[in-house]
Amino acid sequence: MESLPWQDDLTAAVKQQFGDRVLEFLTYRDQKFIVAAPEAAVALIEYLKFEAGFDYLVDVTAVHWPKREGAQFDVIYILYSFERNDRVRVKVKIADGYKPETVTTVHLTANWLEREVFDMFGIQFASHPDLRRILMPEDWSGYPLRKDYSIIQMDQRWVKENLGIESGQ
Amino acid sequence: MATQTFLDANELVLNMGPQHPSTHGVLRVILNLDGEKILGTDCVIGYLHRGVEKIAENRTYPMFTPYVDRMDYVASISNGLGYCLAVEKLMNLPAPPRAEAVRVILTELNRIASHLVWLGTHALDIGAITPLFYTMREREEALKIFENYCGARLTTHAFRIGGLQYETYDGFEEQVKAFCDAMEPRIDEYETLLTGNRIWIDRLKGIGILTAAECKQYGVTGPMLRAAGVKWDLRKAFPYSGYEKYEFDIPTRENADTYDRYIVRMQEMRQSVRIVRQAVANIPDGPIIAKVPKVVKPVPGEVYVSIEAPKGELGYYVVSDGTNQPYRVRVRPPSFINLQSLEKMAKGALIADIVAIIGTIDIVLGEVDR
Repeated sequence: MESLPWQDDLTAAVKQQFGDRVLEFLTYRDQKFIVAAPEAAVALIEYLKFEAGFDYLVDVTAVHWPKREGAQFDVIYILYSFERNDRVRVKVKIADGYKPETVTTVHLTANWLEREVFDMFGIQFASHPDLRRILMPEDWSGYPLRKDYSIIQMDQRWVKENLGIESGQ
Repeated sequence: MATQTFLDANELVLNMGPQHPSTHGVLRVILNLDGEKILGTDCVIGYLHRGVEKIAENRTYPMFTPYVDRMDYVASISNGLGYCLAVEKLMNLPAPPRAEAVRVILTELNRIASHLVWLGTHALDIGAITPLFYTMREREEALKIFENYCGARLTTHAFRIGGLQYETYDGFEEQVKAFCDAMEPRIDEYETLLTGNRIWIDRLKGIGILTAAECKQYGVTGPMLRAAGVKWDLRKAFPYSGYEKYEFDIPTRENADTYDRYIVRMQEMRQSVRIVRQAVANIPDGPIIAKVPKVVKPVPGEVYVSIEAPKGELGYYVVSDGTNQPYRVRVRPPSFINLQSLEKMAKGALIADIVAIIGTIDIVLGEVDR
Protein backbone atom coordinates (compact mmCIF):
# COMPACT_ATOMS: atom_id res chain seq x y z
CA MET A 1 0.00 0.00 0.00
CA GLU A 2 1.29 3.41 -0.97
CA SER A 3 1.27 6.50 1.19
CA LEU A 4 -1.49 8.86 0.09
CA PRO A 5 -1.21 12.63 -0.21
CA TRP A 6 -2.82 14.67 2.54
CA GLN A 7 -4.35 18.10 2.15
CA ASP A 8 -6.33 20.29 4.52
CA ASP A 9 -6.11 23.71 6.16
CA LEU A 10 -3.11 22.68 8.25
CA THR A 11 -1.06 21.58 5.25
CA ALA A 12 -1.99 24.78 3.43
CA ALA A 13 -0.85 26.91 6.38
CA VAL A 14 2.39 24.97 6.78
CA LYS A 15 3.05 25.11 3.06
CA GLN A 16 2.56 28.87 3.05
CA GLN A 17 4.85 29.34 6.04
CA PHE A 18 7.64 26.99 5.00
CA GLY A 19 7.45 26.78 1.21
CA ASP A 20 10.02 24.41 -0.19
CA ARG A 21 11.42 23.44 3.18
CA VAL A 22 8.57 21.00 3.68
CA LEU A 23 8.79 18.31 1.06
CA GLU A 24 5.70 16.14 1.34
CA PHE A 25 2.42 15.75 3.21
CA LEU A 26 1.40 12.11 3.33
CA THR A 27 -0.86 9.70 5.14
CA TYR A 28 -0.42 5.99 5.64
CA ARG A 29 -3.29 3.97 7.14
CA ASP A 30 -4.89 7.32 8.02
CA GLN A 31 -1.86 8.49 9.98
CA LYS A 32 -0.51 11.84 8.90
CA PHE A 33 3.08 12.75 8.46
CA ILE A 34 5.09 15.63 7.10
CA VAL A 35 8.45 15.08 5.43
CA ALA A 36 10.57 18.16 6.01
CA ALA A 37 14.06 19.35 5.16
CA PRO A 38 16.41 18.67 8.12
CA GLU A 39 17.19 22.32 8.77
CA ALA A 40 13.48 23.17 8.96
CA ALA A 41 12.55 20.57 11.59
CA VAL A 42 12.88 22.69 14.72
CA ALA A 43 11.13 25.69 13.17
CA LEU A 44 8.34 23.43 11.93
CA ILE A 45 7.84 21.78 15.32
CA GLU A 46 7.84 25.20 16.97
CA TYR A 47 5.29 26.45 14.45
CA LEU A 48 3.08 23.41 14.99
CA LYS A 49 3.28 23.92 18.76
CA PHE A 50 2.45 27.59 18.94
CA GLU A 51 0.31 28.14 15.85
CA ALA A 52 -1.45 24.80 15.40
CA GLY A 53 -1.75 23.54 18.99
CA PHE A 54 0.52 20.48 18.73
CA ASP A 55 1.79 21.04 22.25
CA TYR A 56 2.78 17.51 23.26
CA LEU A 57 5.84 15.82 21.83
CA VAL A 58 4.98 12.15 22.07
CA ASP A 59 8.23 10.63 20.90
CA VAL A 60 11.48 11.17 19.06
CA THR A 61 13.05 8.21 17.34
CA ALA A 62 15.11 7.21 14.33
CA VAL A 63 15.32 4.49 11.70
CA HIS A 64 18.54 3.42 10.00
CA TRP A 65 18.43 2.78 6.24
CA PRO A 66 22.06 1.94 5.39
CA LYS A 67 21.37 1.26 1.73
CA ARG A 68 19.75 4.60 1.06
CA GLU A 69 22.17 6.90 -0.73
CA GLY A 70 22.95 10.21 0.95
CA ALA A 71 20.36 10.06 3.73
CA GLN A 72 20.93 7.04 5.93
CA PHE A 73 18.69 8.04 8.79
CA ASP A 74 15.07 8.99 9.30
CA VAL A 75 14.49 11.05 12.42
CA ILE A 76 10.86 10.97 13.46
CA TYR A 77 9.07 13.35 15.79
CA ILE A 78 5.56 12.35 16.84
CA LEU A 79 3.37 15.27 17.90
CA TYR A 80 -0.07 15.38 19.45
CA SER A 81 -2.55 18.19 19.87
CA PHE A 82 -4.92 18.09 22.84
CA GLU A 83 -7.02 20.78 21.23
CA ARG A 84 -7.53 19.00 17.91
CA ASN A 85 -7.21 15.46 19.29
CA ASP A 86 -4.92 14.71 16.40
CA ARG A 87 -1.48 13.29 15.84
CA VAL A 88 1.05 14.20 13.23
CA ARG A 89 4.55 12.93 12.58
CA VAL A 90 7.42 15.02 11.33
CA LYS A 91 10.03 13.06 9.47
CA VAL A 92 13.42 14.30 8.34
CA LYS A 93 15.97 12.37 6.33
CA ILE A 94 19.57 13.00 7.28
CA ALA A 95 22.97 11.75 6.24
CA ASP A 96 25.33 9.94 8.62
CA GLY A 97 27.27 12.58 10.52
CA TYR A 98 24.72 15.33 10.02
CA LYS A 99 23.91 17.05 13.31
CA PRO A 100 20.25 18.03 13.52
CA GLU A 101 19.34 20.88 15.87
CA THR A 102 17.87 19.82 19.19
CA VAL A 103 14.16 20.38 19.87
CA THR A 104 14.68 20.67 23.63
CA THR A 105 14.28 24.42 23.12
CA VAL A 106 10.64 23.75 22.16
CA HIS A 107 9.76 20.64 24.16
CA LEU A 108 11.62 19.76 27.37
CA THR A 109 10.72 16.10 27.00
CA ALA A 110 13.06 15.85 24.00
CA ASN A 111 16.03 15.87 26.37
CA TRP A 112 15.99 12.15 27.24
CA LEU A 113 14.46 11.13 23.94
CA GLU A 114 17.27 12.69 21.96
CA ARG A 115 19.80 11.23 24.33
CA GLU A 116 18.36 7.81 23.59
CA VAL A 117 18.52 8.40 19.83
CA PHE A 118 22.14 9.47 20.25
CA ASP A 119 22.84 6.42 22.39
CA MET A 120 21.31 3.96 19.94
CA PHE A 121 22.11 5.53 16.56
CA GLY A 122 24.98 7.94 17.17
CA ILE A 123 23.04 10.90 15.84
CA GLN A 124 24.41 13.97 17.57
CA PHE A 125 21.94 16.73 18.24
CA ALA A 126 23.51 20.16 17.94
CA SER A 127 23.22 22.40 21.04
CA HIS A 128 21.63 19.66 23.14
CA PRO A 129 22.15 20.64 26.81
CA ASP A 130 23.31 17.23 28.06
CA LEU A 131 24.14 14.82 25.25
CA ARG A 132 25.34 11.70 27.09
CA ARG A 133 24.53 8.05 26.65
CA ILE A 134 21.44 7.13 28.61
CA LEU A 135 20.82 3.36 28.49
CA MET A 136 24.21 1.99 27.48
CA PRO A 137 27.33 2.43 29.66
CA GLU A 138 28.97 5.81 29.11
CA ASP A 139 32.24 4.43 27.72
CA TRP A 140 30.65 1.86 25.42
CA SER A 141 31.69 2.12 21.80
CA GLY A 142 29.30 1.49 18.94
CA TYR A 143 25.64 2.29 18.38
CA PRO A 144 23.46 -0.80 18.83
CA LEU A 145 20.41 0.06 16.76
CA ARG A 146 22.36 0.70 13.59
CA LYS A 147 21.71 -2.01 11.05
CA ASP A 148 25.40 -2.88 10.67
CA TYR A 149 25.61 -3.66 14.40
CA SER A 150 24.96 -7.38 14.77
CA ILE A 151 22.63 -8.62 17.51
CA ILE A 152 25.45 -10.57 19.18
CA GLN A 153 28.05 -7.84 18.74
CA MET A 154 29.39 -6.14 21.84
CA ASP A 155 32.18 -3.90 22.97
CA GLN A 156 34.76 -6.58 23.85
CA ARG A 157 37.09 -4.09 25.51
CA TRP A 158 34.33 -2.83 27.79
CA VAL A 159 33.21 -6.34 28.68
CA LYS A 160 36.79 -7.36 29.51
CA GLU A 161 37.55 -4.31 31.60
CA ASN A 162 34.29 -4.05 33.49
CA LEU A 163 33.11 -7.62 33.82
CA GLY A 164 36.51 -9.29 33.91
CA ILE A 165 35.55 -11.94 31.36
CA GLU A 166 36.78 -12.64 27.85
CA SER A 167 33.41 -12.36 26.19
CA GLY A 168 29.81 -11.93 27.19
CA GLN A 169 28.75 -14.71 24.84
CA MET B 1 40.32 27.97 53.50
CA ALA B 2 40.79 27.86 57.20
CA THR B 3 37.69 29.98 57.78
CA GLN B 4 35.38 27.51 56.09
CA THR B 5 33.04 26.04 58.67
CA PHE B 6 30.59 23.22 58.61
CA LEU B 7 27.64 25.56 58.19
CA ASP B 8 28.69 27.01 54.87
CA ALA B 9 29.89 23.70 53.55
CA ASN B 10 29.33 23.08 49.89
CA GLU B 11 26.52 21.00 48.57
CA LEU B 12 26.56 17.33 49.39
CA VAL B 13 26.25 14.68 46.73
CA LEU B 14 24.38 11.60 47.88
CA ASN B 15 23.92 8.45 45.89
CA MET B 16 20.56 6.71 46.13
CA GLY B 17 20.29 3.27 44.61
CA PRO B 18 20.56 1.29 42.39
CA GLN B 19 20.03 -1.18 45.24
CA HIS B 20 17.53 0.79 47.24
CA PRO B 21 14.17 -0.64 48.26
CA SER B 22 12.14 2.44 47.43
CA THR B 23 13.46 3.04 43.94
CA HIS B 24 11.31 0.13 42.71
CA GLY B 25 14.06 -1.70 40.94
CA VAL B 26 17.45 -0.60 39.77
CA LEU B 27 17.10 3.14 39.52
CA ARG B 28 20.05 5.18 40.67
CA VAL B 29 19.43 8.79 41.58
CA ILE B 30 22.30 11.13 42.36
CA LEU B 31 21.05 13.81 44.72
CA ASN B 32 22.65 17.19 45.20
CA LEU B 33 21.75 18.30 48.67
CA ASP B 34 21.89 21.42 50.73
CA GLY B 35 21.22 19.92 54.12
CA GLU B 36 17.86 18.20 53.78
CA LYS B 37 16.90 20.14 50.70
CA ILE B 38 17.30 18.74 47.19
CA LEU B 39 19.01 21.09 44.78
CA GLY B 40 19.08 18.75 41.83
CA THR B 41 18.81 15.13 40.77
CA ASP B 42 20.42 13.07 38.07
CA CYS B 43 18.90 9.71 37.15
CA VAL B 44 21.23 6.95 36.08
CA ILE B 45 19.28 4.27 34.24
CA GLY B 46 20.02 1.42 31.89
CA TYR B 47 20.85 -1.32 34.39
CA LEU B 48 18.05 -3.46 32.97
CA HIS B 49 18.66 -2.64 29.33
CA ARG B 50 18.15 -5.78 27.27
CA GLY B 51 17.92 -4.27 23.82
CA VAL B 52 14.28 -5.16 23.24
CA GLU B 53 14.11 -2.98 20.14
CA LYS B 54 17.14 -4.71 18.66
CA ILE B 55 15.71 -8.14 19.42
CA ALA B 56 12.53 -7.16 17.56
CA GLU B 57 14.49 -6.60 14.37
CA ASN B 58 15.84 -10.14 14.56
CA ARG B 59 12.59 -11.96 15.23
CA THR B 60 9.48 -12.49 13.15
CA TYR B 61 6.38 -10.51 14.09
CA PRO B 62 4.68 -13.27 16.12
CA MET B 63 7.98 -14.33 17.72
CA PHE B 64 8.42 -10.89 19.23
CA THR B 65 5.11 -10.85 21.14
CA PRO B 66 6.43 -12.64 24.28
CA TYR B 67 9.31 -10.18 24.57
CA VAL B 68 7.07 -7.15 25.04
CA ASP B 69 5.67 -8.70 28.23
CA ARG B 70 9.10 -8.34 29.81
CA MET B 71 9.11 -4.57 29.61
CA ASP B 72 6.41 -3.49 32.03
CA TYR B 73 6.14 -6.83 33.76
CA VAL B 74 3.42 -5.80 36.21
CA ALA B 75 1.17 -4.83 33.29
CA SER B 76 2.31 -7.29 30.66
CA ILE B 77 -1.12 -7.68 29.10
CA SER B 78 -1.19 -3.98 28.20
CA ASN B 79 2.18 -4.30 26.50
CA GLY B 80 0.98 -7.24 24.48
CA LEU B 81 -2.21 -5.46 23.50
CA GLY B 82 -0.31 -2.42 22.25
CA TYR B 83 2.04 -4.47 20.12
CA CYS B 84 -0.72 -6.65 18.65
CA LEU B 85 -2.80 -3.57 17.81
CA ALA B 86 0.16 -1.95 16.09
CA VAL B 87 0.85 -4.97 13.89
CA GLU B 88 -2.87 -5.36 13.19
CA LYS B 89 -3.02 -1.72 12.12
CA LEU B 90 0.00 -2.24 9.89
CA MET B 91 -1.67 -5.23 8.23
CA ASN B 92 -5.18 -3.76 8.34
CA LEU B 93 -6.40 -6.87 10.10
CA PRO B 94 -8.78 -5.99 12.95
CA ALA B 95 -9.43 -8.52 15.69
CA PRO B 96 -12.96 -10.01 15.81
CA PRO B 97 -15.47 -8.62 18.36
CA ARG B 98 -15.22 -11.57 20.71
CA ALA B 99 -11.45 -11.19 20.92
CA GLU B 100 -11.83 -7.46 21.54
CA ALA B 101 -14.18 -8.03 24.48
CA VAL B 102 -11.89 -10.60 26.11
CA ARG B 103 -8.93 -8.30 25.51
CA VAL B 104 -10.72 -5.46 27.28
CA ILE B 105 -11.58 -7.66 30.27
CA LEU B 106 -8.03 -8.94 30.69
CA THR B 107 -6.43 -5.56 30.09
CA GLU B 108 -8.63 -3.86 32.66
CA LEU B 109 -8.00 -6.61 35.20
CA ASN B 110 -4.32 -6.05 34.53
CA ARG B 111 -4.75 -2.32 35.10
CA ILE B 112 -6.29 -3.09 38.49
CA ALA B 113 -3.43 -5.50 39.29
CA SER B 114 -0.85 -2.91 38.26
CA HIS B 115 -2.46 -0.17 40.33
CA LEU B 116 -2.61 -2.57 43.29
CA VAL B 117 1.12 -3.18 43.08
CA TRP B 118 1.65 0.55 42.90
CA LEU B 119 -0.62 1.20 45.87
CA GLY B 120 0.97 -1.46 48.05
CA THR B 121 4.56 -0.46 47.34
CA HIS B 122 3.87 3.27 47.46
CA ALA B 123 2.20 2.92 50.85
CA LEU B 124 5.09 0.75 52.00
CA ASP B 125 7.56 3.44 50.96
CA ILE B 126 5.64 6.04 52.92
CA GLY B 127 5.66 3.78 55.98
CA ALA B 128 2.27 2.07 55.91
CA ILE B 129 2.92 -1.64 55.78
CA THR B 130 -0.66 -2.93 56.05
CA PRO B 131 -2.02 -1.99 52.60
CA LEU B 132 0.62 -4.14 50.91
CA PHE B 133 -0.87 -7.33 52.32
CA TYR B 134 -4.38 -6.36 51.29
CA THR B 135 -3.39 -5.29 47.79
CA MET B 136 -1.40 -8.46 47.19
CA ARG B 137 -4.40 -10.50 48.32
CA GLU B 138 -6.62 -8.95 45.65
CA ARG B 139 -3.95 -8.98 43.01
CA GLU B 140 -3.63 -12.71 43.55
CA GLU B 141 -7.27 -13.13 42.48
CA ALA B 142 -6.61 -11.24 39.26
CA LEU B 143 -3.48 -13.29 38.58
CA LYS B 144 -5.47 -16.48 39.12
CA ILE B 145 -7.78 -15.45 36.30
CA PHE B 146 -4.77 -14.91 34.02
CA GLU B 147 -3.33 -18.23 35.07
CA ASN B 148 -6.58 -20.04 34.36
CA TYR B 149 -6.83 -18.29 31.03
CA CYS B 150 -3.36 -18.76 29.61
CA GLY B 151 -1.25 -20.62 32.15
CA ALA B 152 1.00 -17.73 33.11
CA ARG B 153 0.60 -15.20 35.85
CA LEU B 154 3.01 -12.39 35.15
CA THR B 155 4.49 -12.51 31.67
CA THR B 156 1.33 -13.80 30.15
CA HIS B 157 1.66 -13.65 26.36
CA ALA B 158 -2.14 -13.61 26.41
CA PHE B 159 -2.82 -12.15 22.96
CA ARG B 160 -1.81 -13.00 19.44
CA ILE B 161 -1.63 -10.85 16.35
CA GLY B 162 -5.20 -10.81 15.03
CA GLY B 163 -6.96 -11.90 18.20
CA LEU B 164 -6.51 -14.52 20.88
CA GLN B 165 -4.80 -17.87 21.05
CA TYR B 166 -7.18 -19.43 23.55
CA GLU B 167 -10.92 -19.57 23.99
CA THR B 168 -12.07 -18.53 27.47
CA TYR B 169 -12.25 -21.38 29.96
CA ASP B 170 -15.40 -22.74 31.62
CA GLY B 171 -16.37 -20.50 34.48
CA PHE B 172 -14.42 -17.49 33.15
CA GLU B 173 -17.41 -15.14 33.32
CA GLU B 174 -18.33 -16.26 36.84
CA GLN B 175 -14.79 -15.85 38.12
CA VAL B 176 -14.46 -12.37 36.61
CA LYS B 177 -17.85 -11.34 38.04
CA ALA B 178 -16.87 -12.65 41.47
CA PHE B 179 -13.65 -10.64 41.25
CA CYS B 180 -15.60 -7.48 40.42
CA ASP B 181 -18.03 -8.05 43.28
CA ALA B 182 -15.18 -8.56 45.71
CA MET B 183 -13.08 -5.68 44.37
CA GLU B 184 -15.43 -2.76 44.99
CA PRO B 185 -15.74 -3.17 48.77
CA ARG B 186 -12.00 -3.87 48.91
CA ILE B 187 -11.23 -0.51 47.30
CA ASP B 188 -13.40 1.08 50.00
CA GLU B 189 -11.31 -0.79 52.53
CA TYR B 190 -8.06 0.67 51.19
CA GLU B 191 -9.61 4.09 51.26
CA THR B 192 -10.59 3.77 54.91
CA LEU B 193 -6.98 2.88 55.64
CA LEU B 194 -5.42 5.72 53.67
CA THR B 195 -7.63 8.46 52.25
CA GLY B 196 -8.35 10.23 55.52
CA ASN B 197 -5.24 9.03 57.30
CA ARG B 198 -3.46 11.95 58.92
CA ILE B 199 0.07 10.67 58.26
CA TRP B 200 -0.76 9.74 54.67
CA ILE B 201 -2.17 13.21 53.99
CA ASP B 202 0.77 14.95 55.65
CA ARG B 203 3.26 12.98 53.64
CA LEU B 204 1.51 13.39 50.27
CA LYS B 205 -0.37 16.68 50.10
CA GLY B 206 1.50 19.40 48.22
CA ILE B 207 4.40 17.07 47.39
CA GLY B 208 5.74 16.64 43.87
CA ILE B 209 3.50 19.16 42.15
CA LEU B 210 3.57 19.06 38.37
CA THR B 211 1.01 21.38 36.76
CA ALA B 212 -0.82 20.62 33.54
CA ALA B 213 1.45 22.92 31.53
CA GLU B 214 4.54 21.26 32.98
CA CYS B 215 3.10 17.80 32.28
CA LYS B 216 2.70 18.70 28.62
CA GLN B 217 6.21 20.14 28.49
CA TYR B 218 7.64 16.92 29.89
CA GLY B 219 5.34 14.67 27.90
CA VAL B 220 3.92 13.20 31.09
CA THR B 221 0.76 11.14 30.57
CA GLY B 222 -1.52 8.79 32.45
CA PRO B 223 -2.74 9.35 36.01
CA MET B 224 -0.16 12.09 36.55
CA LEU B 225 -1.63 14.20 33.77
CA ARG B 226 -5.17 13.53 34.93
CA ALA B 227 -4.30 14.53 38.49
CA ALA B 228 -3.30 17.89 37.00
CA GLY B 229 -6.82 18.40 35.71
CA VAL B 230 -6.42 17.33 32.08
CA LYS B 231 -9.31 15.06 31.14
CA TRP B 232 -7.40 12.97 28.66
CA ASP B 233 -7.36 9.25 28.25
CA LEU B 234 -6.42 7.39 25.08
CA ARG B 235 -9.33 5.02 25.61
CA LYS B 236 -11.57 8.02 24.91
CA ALA B 237 -9.31 10.08 22.64
CA PHE B 238 -8.53 7.26 20.18
CA PRO B 239 -10.78 4.35 21.19
CA TYR B 240 -9.26 0.95 20.42
CA SER B 241 -10.40 -2.61 20.98
CA GLY B 242 -14.03 -1.49 21.34
CA TYR B 243 -13.63 0.88 24.28
CA GLU B 244 -16.13 3.24 22.66
CA LYS B 245 -18.86 0.72 23.56
CA TYR B 246 -18.36 0.97 27.30
CA GLU B 247 -19.48 3.67 29.68
CA PHE B 248 -16.83 5.01 32.00
CA ASP B 249 -15.56 8.31 33.33
CA ILE B 250 -12.10 9.80 33.29
CA PRO B 251 -11.31 10.71 36.89
CA THR B 252 -9.44 13.99 37.27
CA ARG B 253 -8.22 16.16 40.13
CA GLU B 254 -6.98 19.71 40.32
CA ASN B 255 -4.02 19.96 42.68
CA ALA B 256 -1.52 17.92 40.65
CA ASP B 257 0.24 16.62 43.77
CA THR B 258 1.07 13.15 45.02
CA TYR B 259 -2.15 12.88 47.00
CA ASP B 260 -4.28 13.67 43.97
CA ARG B 261 -2.49 11.05 41.91
CA TYR B 262 -3.36 8.56 44.62
CA ILE B 263 -7.04 9.57 44.44
CA VAL B 264 -7.03 9.39 40.63
CA ARG B 265 -5.58 5.87 40.63
CA MET B 266 -8.09 4.68 43.22
CA GLN B 267 -10.93 6.01 41.08
CA GLU B 268 -9.42 4.46 37.98
CA MET B 269 -9.62 1.06 39.61
CA ARG B 270 -13.33 1.64 40.22
CA GLN B 271 -13.78 2.65 36.59
CA SER B 272 -11.92 -0.46 35.47
CA VAL B 273 -14.28 -2.62 37.50
CA ARG B 274 -17.16 -0.80 35.79
CA ILE B 275 -15.73 -1.52 32.33
CA VAL B 276 -15.08 -5.18 33.17
CA ARG B 277 -18.66 -5.62 34.40
CA GLN B 278 -20.05 -4.25 31.13
CA ALA B 279 -17.68 -6.27 29.00
CA VAL B 280 -18.18 -9.58 30.78
CA ALA B 281 -21.98 -9.26 30.72
CA ASN B 282 -21.92 -9.10 26.98
CA ILE B 283 -19.13 -11.11 25.34
CA PRO B 284 -20.19 -11.61 21.72
CA ASP B 285 -20.02 -15.02 20.09
CA GLY B 286 -17.87 -15.71 17.10
CA PRO B 287 -14.29 -16.44 16.19
CA ILE B 288 -11.50 -15.42 18.55
CA ILE B 289 -8.92 -14.72 15.90
CA ALA B 290 -9.05 -13.07 12.49
CA LYS B 291 -7.85 -14.86 9.37
CA VAL B 292 -4.15 -14.28 9.93
CA PRO B 293 -1.84 -15.48 7.17
CA LYS B 294 0.55 -18.29 8.15
CA VAL B 295 3.45 -15.91 7.66
CA VAL B 296 2.84 -12.42 8.99
CA LYS B 297 4.30 -10.20 6.30
CA PRO B 298 2.95 -6.64 6.26
CA VAL B 299 3.52 -4.54 3.15
CA PRO B 300 6.19 -1.83 3.56
CA GLY B 301 4.95 1.01 5.69
CA GLU B 302 4.97 2.47 9.14
CA VAL B 303 2.40 3.06 11.85
CA TYR B 304 2.31 4.50 15.33
CA VAL B 305 -0.31 2.99 17.64
CA SER B 306 -0.66 3.78 21.30
CA ILE B 307 -2.84 2.61 24.15
CA GLU B 308 -3.63 3.83 27.64
CA ALA B 309 -1.41 1.60 29.74
CA PRO B 310 -1.72 1.83 33.54
CA LYS B 311 1.24 4.19 33.57
CA GLY B 312 0.39 6.43 30.63
CA GLU B 313 0.67 6.44 26.88
CA LEU B 314 2.33 3.27 25.66
CA GLY B 315 3.10 3.56 21.97
CA TYR B 316 4.56 1.30 19.33
CA TYR B 317 6.07 2.70 16.18
CA VAL B 318 6.47 -0.23 13.81
CA VAL B 319 8.22 -0.02 10.44
CA SER B 320 7.86 -2.82 7.92
CA ASP B 321 10.06 -3.36 4.90
CA GLY B 322 7.88 -6.13 3.49
CA THR B 323 9.69 -9.07 5.08
CA ASN B 324 8.48 -11.32 7.89
CA GLN B 325 10.62 -9.46 10.43
CA PRO B 326 9.90 -5.93 11.62
CA TYR B 327 12.39 -3.45 10.21
CA ARG B 328 12.14 -1.33 13.32
CA VAL B 329 10.04 -1.44 16.46
CA ARG B 330 10.18 1.60 18.66
CA VAL B 331 8.49 1.45 22.04
CA ARG B 332 7.35 4.70 23.57
CA PRO B 333 7.52 3.73 27.22
CA PRO B 334 5.41 5.81 29.63
CA SER B 335 7.67 5.09 32.62
CA PHE B 336 10.80 6.36 30.87
CA ILE B 337 9.23 9.62 29.84
CA ASN B 338 7.38 10.20 33.11
CA LEU B 339 10.59 9.56 35.04
CA GLN B 340 12.22 12.52 33.33
CA SER B 341 9.92 14.84 35.29
CA LEU B 342 11.50 13.64 38.55
CA GLU B 343 14.10 16.36 38.18
CA LYS B 344 11.42 19.03 38.13
CA MET B 345 9.34 17.59 40.96
CA ALA B 346 12.24 16.87 43.29
CA LYS B 347 13.85 20.29 43.02
CA GLY B 348 13.37 22.09 46.31
CA ALA B 349 11.78 19.09 48.01
CA LEU B 350 13.12 17.48 51.16
CA ILE B 351 15.06 14.25 51.11
CA ALA B 352 12.19 12.39 52.81
CA ASP B 353 9.88 13.40 49.97
CA ILE B 354 12.00 11.91 47.20
CA VAL B 355 10.67 8.49 48.12
CA ALA B 356 7.09 9.69 47.78
CA ILE B 357 7.90 11.41 44.49
CA ILE B 358 9.54 8.33 42.95
CA GLY B 359 6.61 6.24 44.12
CA THR B 360 4.01 8.55 42.67
CA ILE B 361 5.44 8.36 39.15
CA ASP B 362 4.75 4.61 39.21
CA ILE B 363 7.77 3.43 37.27
CA VAL B 364 8.75 -0.08 36.35
CA LEU B 365 12.44 -0.22 35.55
CA GLY B 366 12.02 -3.02 33.06
CA GLU B 367 10.12 -0.57 30.94
CA VAL B 368 12.37 2.41 31.58
CA ASP B 369 15.44 0.49 30.44
CA ARG B 370 13.91 -1.98 27.98
